[in-house]
Amino acid sequence: MAIPFGPLRYALVAVFAAGLAAPVGAAEIGQIKIAKGQVSIERNGQILPGEVGGRLQPSDVLKTGADGSVGITMSDNTLLSAGPNSILSLDRYVFDSTTQQGQFDASLQKGSLAVISGRIAKQSPDAMKVRTPSSVLGVRGTEFVVSADD
Amino acid sequence: MIRLLDHVGRGLGIAVLTALLAACAHQTGTVVLLPEKDGRNTAVAVRQGDQEVVLAEPYAAARQTTSGPRAYTSSPQEVQALFGAALAAQPSRPTSFTLYFNEGGDAFTDASRLILADVFSEIAKHPVPDIVVVGHTDRVGSDVFNDALALRRAETVRTMLIGRGLSPASIVAVGRGKREPLVPTPDGVAEPRNRRVEIIVR
Repeated sequence: MAIPFGPLRYALVAVFAAGLAAPVGAAEIGQIKIAKGQVSIERNGQILPGEVGGRLQPSDVLKTGADGSVGITMSDNTLLSAGPNSILSLDRYVFDSTTQQGQFDASLQKGSLAVISGRIAKQSPDAMKVRTPSSVLGVRGTEFVVSADD
Repeated sequence: MIRLLDHVGRGLGIAVLTALLAACAHQTGTVVLLPEKDGRNTAVAVRQGDQEVVLAEPYAAARQTTSGPRAYTSSPQEVQALFGAALAAQPSRPTSFTLYFNEGGDAFTDASRLILADVFSEIAKHPVPDIVVVGHTDRVGSDVFNDALALRRAETVRTMLIGRGLSPASIVAVGRGKREPLVPTPDGVAEPRNRRVEIIVR
């Protein structure tokens, strides 16, 4: 197929470039390293099992059952781990691996969470926030725990 | 009658709303800053409404109450009791190895070849390893030049690791250029210790 010169050609090139870039895992932001008991991932309205090795995407919501716990490593080296009966949303995650600038907003809707912050918080201290139903945590570093009771 | 029901309905609605608001107001939680393994300064700012408590010492803690965050000092015992399960699920910390390069190219030094054995024994400890290869340069040349060189070095190492049997899907190569020198130097200084690739296993 002959592609005419001009704006359409650029538009087609852009579409192809986006299509090629996507499957390489650009949307993958972290990985489940530890899962015990009942763990699930809610993604685009679907419930998926949260298994060791599972890759995470922005907007994923992790849920643990009464016997569950889950530990994840993000691409900026942030470590997050949630105890039983927890709901953890990865609301927003952006990370540039060259400049290490980024933005990470997570929220613990209920349960317990342990955090070791990574490169995003180190590069700019206001870039990582953890929300609970009653508070907002500005993460300047590095290791802390937070709970949200019903 | 319908009118009466309507009133009852409204009354119920208000009762439900009041209960919900009360539940929100009573929603509580605890935040505890933990000690830092290498003694770096750290802090977490806890904001509730227009009130803020900054936790900056090990075991500095805040509890959310109806009247705002209340600062107190927690203890290892309390942390274990409230957060034991979450802490037990914490993934292992990323481990970093450094390989050095000969000037301006992507061949590494002889000493660095020996470190590779350590990298593979670390990878073997992880059930689902993911590996990040980060290329760095010294401060000779522009950002554009060094970003490309750093990425090329990282990709050389990634290809080599894949050649030795690691799954391509588990390894990412990134370039940091000259932004993170191991040895700080003025721009334009050739420094062998800055020409390196980090292999981060996590």
